[in-house]
Amino acid sequence: MATTEVTATAVAIRSDNVTRHYRMGETQVRALDGVSLQVQTGEFVALLGSSGSGKSSMLNLVAGLDRPTSGSVIVRGRDLAKLSREQLAKYRLQVVGMVFQSFNLIPSMTLSENVELPLRFAEVDRGKRDSMAREALERVGLKARVHHRPGELSGGEQQRAALARALINRPQLLLADEPTGNLDSHTGTEIMDMLKDLNEQMGMTVVMVTHERALAEGYAQRMIFLADGKLVDDRANTPGGRA
Amino acid sequence: MKLPDLTELALRNLRESVLRNSLTTVGISVGVASLVAMLSLGLGLQQLANRRLAKSGLFDTVVVTSRRDLRGMGRDDDRNAPNPGESRVLDEAARSEIEHMHDVQEAYPDIRFITELRYEDKPHLTMVSAMPPSAKSNDSFEGMQGSFFTSDDAAEVILQKAFAEELLGRTPKRGDDDIKVAEVAQPLLGKELVMRYAQRGESAPSGGDATAIPGTSYSVVSREQKLKIVGVSDLDPESMRGPTHARVFLPLKLAQSLHVMQPTDLRELTPATSNQPVYSSLSVRVKNPTQVRTVEDAIKKMGFTTFSILDATRNLQQFFAVLDMFLLIFGSLALAVSSIGIVNTLVMAILERRREIGIMKAIGASDGDVQAIFFAEAGAMGVLGGIFGVVLGWAIGQIINFGLNIYLRRQSLPTEHFWAVPLWLVWTAIVFSFLLSLVSGFYPARRAARLDPVQALRYE
Repeated sequence: MATTEVTATAVAIRSDNVTRHYRMGETQVRALDGVSLQVQTGEFVALLGSSGSGKSSMLNLVAGLDRPTSGSVIVRGRDLAKLSREQLAKYRLQVVGMVFQSFNLIPSMTLSENVELPLRFAEVDRGKRDSMAREALERVGLKARVHHRPGELSGGEQQRAALARALINRPQLLLADEPTGNLDSHTGTEIMDMLKDLNEQMGMTVVMVTHERALAEGYAQRMIFLADGKLVDDRANTPGGRA
Repeated sequence: MKLPDLTELALRNLRESVLRNSLTTVGISVGVASLVAMLSLGLGLQQLANRRLAKSGLFDTVVVTSRRDLRGMGRDDDRNAPNPGESRVLDEAARSEIEHMHDVQEAYPDIRFITELRYEDKPHLTMVSAMPPSAKSNDSFEGMQGSFFTSDDAAEVILQKAFAEELLGRTPKRGDDDIKVAEVAQPLLGKELVMRYAQRGESAPSGGDATAIPGTSYSVVSREQKLKIVGVSDLDPESMRGPTHARVFLPLKLAQSLHVMQPTDLRELTPATSNQPVYSSLSVRVKNPTQVRTVEDAIKKMGFTTFSILDATRNLQQFFAVLDMFLLIFGSLALAVSSIGIVNTLVMAILERRREIGIMKAIGASDGDVQAIFFAEAGAMGVLGGIFGVVLGWAIGQIINFGLNIYLRRQSLPTEHFWAVPLWLVWTAIVFSFLLSLVSGFYPARRAARLDPVQALRYE
């Protein structure tokens, strides 16, 4: 990747001195405490740290699910802190795709209904929605499971469905929060390979939160380490596949 | 989100916790049902009262007299009227003009006279009056023995029960007046009565027992008419007329063709200008009791004196307005309770579906989308509850009506419809239930929309 030529348009994510404080009863928790970082378009970045390090808080800010207490998060030129709730929802709908550790599929809906849900919010026509959802599920190898509910599927299948849902609106940014945390190593590898393909073949920017260093080393081009809400290390990595 | 998507999503969400949502919907149904039942009872009673009043002929009838008639003299509203001598003659032309007025159903001459009727050669003196064919639907003829006139000019007669008793010489003793109408009708039906009457002749007397009235252009001839008794009525169709009420009734056309000398003819000192009949008074039946006043005013403008019983209906309408209001308030109480049920159900649903709300927000649902989903669920419960409620309310009404009619039949009273569910009530109830649900859904929907997605996603 051309890391030497950093132009303004090539920056996918930039955070400037971001803080995020919570109040837990009497005490104030500094989940993020002055984090500044940049992610280039097309990069595969791993956010590493132990639990409570602030890596998930950082991801939530980039996802537009949360707002910083101070500082700014700029994604493709948009300052997320300045967007209205409505604009933030649109941003989540159009710019970002997310996968979670616990898949977060809606249990009462079939896979195709889950996958087409973002299209409903985007007010895509029903006929178009159906074929798009089918296609997306076909691409992740779940053609036969279209009418199954999440509860009837294995963890790997559920995460593939979640990935299909994350990609249905053709986002520019894929955010993954411990995507293999609930999977065995074999299915975990399957999911990671899919993320890698998306990054390499479609040029999608991927930010993955994980606490497994080996996983980051195997797939990420860069590893950013957080501890106690602060950025402690930021280093390039040559991915070598699953260790 | 688009409306069809929203509706679909709402219905599937309702199916997910089917027990709780159906119980809430049943709650709404009961509320709507009580409202519908109460209102339809009020409306039904009102319609029943109006129907009864209309049938009684008391409130939809205007009695028209000429100002030349001395009966109209001295009444307040006549003070400023033209001099009786100058006012218009109540003739056939006037009758036809009144009958063609917009809200008038019919206008017929009021023919009544006291005369002698002979039954089995015994004379009986009584008031006779003419009935138009439309009187058949008058509820005074309910419970009548025999039948109504076969035609409007048949030589037939209907007797009032009291007169029938007199003919049979069965005057009830004091304190014992429950002679059944069937009992007196039995020996009389099909029998013949002879009516002796004075006919008003067109020209001067030509002999016989005709007598000329000095100073007038007509003569009086004594005549006889045979009449067949076809009916004996239990009630008194003319009870409202007080002392002038008749006890014997003839078909209107027959009575007109007889040219019976009427008491008012003697007062008619100026001869009629044409050979058209001149009436002493007309009974005008108005299509709807509410239009009596307009018709009365129009007839007064023509130069006649009118009389009607009106204020009673007005008081009645006021009474029903108050009654409906009370019934509405009591009916609404149940609906208010059920709207709290909606709030409760939706608040519970938010707690349960917190994570789902978080997921939806994470994948791009706006506050508005989430709010709309909850609104749609509330609205769907409202519409379903409204539909079931109307059906339930209607069914309750039918059952109560059925029960009441059994009771009435036991009391040997005629059965009635106490219940009226007009189409507007059906729509109003459903729309009202829908709107109330939206109002109830407002707080929960807003709460769901404001949910913080990060916290909602953390919720297991």
